[in-house]
Amino acid sequence: MDMKRDYYEDIQLIRTKTVLVGTILLLGALVAVPFLVGGYTLYVISLIAIHAVVAIGLNILVGYTGQISLGHAGFFAIGAYTCVLLMVKAGVPFIVALPAAGFVSAGFGFLVGLPSLRLEGPYLAIATLGFGMAVTQIISHWDFSGGHMGLEAPKMTIGPFVADTGEERYAVIMAVTVVLTVAAVNLMKTRVGRAFVAIRDSEIAAAAMGISVSWFKTLSFAVSAFYTGIAGALMAFALEHISAGTFNLILSITFLAMVIVGGLGSIAGSILGAALLTYLQVKLGVIQEWPVLGPALVDVSKWFFSVEGLPNIQSIVFGAIMISIAIFEPLGMNGIYLRMKRYWKGWPF
Amino acid sequence: MIFFDLIVGGLSIGACYALVALAMVIIYKTSEVPNFAQGEMAMISTFVAFSLIETYHVGFWTTFGLTLLFALFLGIVLELAFLRPAKDPSVLSLIVITLGAEMILYGLAGWKWGAKQNPFPVPFSEFSGITPGGVMITEINLWTFVTSLVMMVLLFVFFRFTKLGTAMKAVQQNAFAAKAMGIPTRRILTFTWGLSSVTGAVAGLLIAPLATLDPNMMLDPMLKGFASAVLGGMTSLPGAAVGGYMLGLIENFFGGYVSLEFKSVVAFGVIVLILCIKPSGLFVRHFERKV
Repeated sequence: MDMKRDYYEDIQLIRTKTVLVGTILLLGALVAVPFLVGGYTLYVISLIAIHAVVAIGLNILVGYTGQISLGHAGFFAIGAYTCVLLMVKAGVPFIVALPAAGFVSAGFGFLVGLPSLRLEGPYLAIATLGFGMAVTQIISHWDFSGGHMGLEAPKMTIGPFVADTGEERYAVIMAVTVVLTVAAVNLMKTRVGRAFVAIRDSEIAAAAMGISVSWFKTLSFAVSAFYTGIAGALMAFALEHISAGTFNLILSITFLAMVIVGGLGSIAGSILGAALLTYLQVKLGVIQEWPVLGPALVDVSKWFFSVEGLPNIQSIVFGAIMISIAIFEPLGMNGIYLRMKRYWKGWPF
Repeated sequence: MIFFDLIVGGLSIGACYALVALAMVIIYKTSEVPNFAQGEMAMISTFVAFSLIETYHVGFWTTFGLTLLFALFLGIVLELAFLRPAKDPSVLSLIVITLGAEMILYGLAGWKWGAKQNPFPVPFSEFSGITPGGVMITEINLWTFVTSLVMMVLLFVFFRFTKLGTAMKAVQQNAFAAKAMGIPTRRILTFTWGLSSVTGAVAGLLIAPLATLDPNMMLDPMLKGFASAVLGGMTSLPGAAVGGYMLGLIENFFGGYVSLEFKSVVAFGVIVLILCIKPSGLFVRHFERKV
């Protein structure tokens, strides 16, 4: 029976034995991955983990608090540059620079959150979008941050441990991802998380219940920016090189797409969305090497399009996925999962 | 003299922003969607014009007409294909749909025409023109001013004097009442997308000679146009036009006197400042939401 008798049962992190076994299996799998696969696959899994952190952060803002942001590439860039600059120019160790990147990003998130108190809908979209554009422009014109050339990321060093190979980088990235995911799941069970949801459902009702709307809205921006900043810092190490051009509007849209595709207001959905879109991004970039479809598409390209523009098919597929999710399945992959679960629970009736 | 040169340049690019802003406001007023695909719609139309001129050697004025027809068609198709199937959508899913449309159009243009930067040929000179009182106004600037003004006057006449325009205004004011009066609101909505697409395409055709033509061409103007529309208040057509010219001037003055590098940042700084003071833009009264 799924019945809760007191508050502590409601906020339990692991509710049933099934969930416990599942969690242990998942963690075991995450530990086993670097021993089973290597090289490029491991790199892709690291990317998925990083994007999952961004998607969780953005979902806290969009899915749980009901705000919108088209400027998360800006926070991503701030995190990446803060971490790398702190380590290169100030000699700060990685273990300090990583949280620092998150907190600097959160500070900017707080600042961006302030105008959001008076703005909504398209007005908020343009304000956040403007922020993202401004960050990219400033970074690419500022000599201190390497200008257009970008920056080389130093090595991740934790005490005597130097994360130099793909496996070691995977270990650090995945550890941070797991910690942040558990933190997000817990956050949503606290007073703060419930306040976010209340604001999303009805701002006026939330205010009437005694929730400080202005404080929790800016806090939501700050938390979201914190996650994105940490992910940006990790991204700098995964790519080993950062340049301002990569943090563009398309990246912000891709982040939003991960949240929408995964499912608004669902942590597991964010991870699924990040995994699907990152995988597609990697696979569609080399679509001409696909077994049957690849040569066919190259032929089509020769006749009607241009072969060198073929990787652009990635944007087309992303756009099509976003539109079909918005039209047919507004709850995203999480919605599909919930429907399947309900179906099997009542099976065969 | 640099002062007047900056005014001319600012008004010229401002005219383009104003047209993009008008295109966005036309859609926003009827369906409450900030149309993020506006820029890419204009970009595709401009690429069609480019192909007509370069590959099929069609004359400039014929191309102009054919492109506008294509834009009308494109807008109508997009509305029918993406917006109409969405049943009872929230603001967020509408934004996601237009963002998805943007990605699709961007990808298509990149696939078809590549990332190559193409010069857009126009029969107007960039270097000669008229010089009233020593201020150089090039032919291309003149063409931009005149075309944008003609487009605005046409839009005004359309909304003021034609039956279709009046019906659009009725749908904008109260869709439910308009339906009760026998106006086919869904069809009107489709036409709105067509009209907006045409307005955007004119902007694209004006911007292409000022910049170079590639799939990223409209990204910046679209954001600036959106910003202008927000500045004017998102629901006011004159507001959007004035917002566009203002933004062009502010940006150009900042670029001329303060810093050329951070020219495109200042626009967004101004927007955020103005929105903090007047959350619904300059020309629209702010409505507090009630319970």
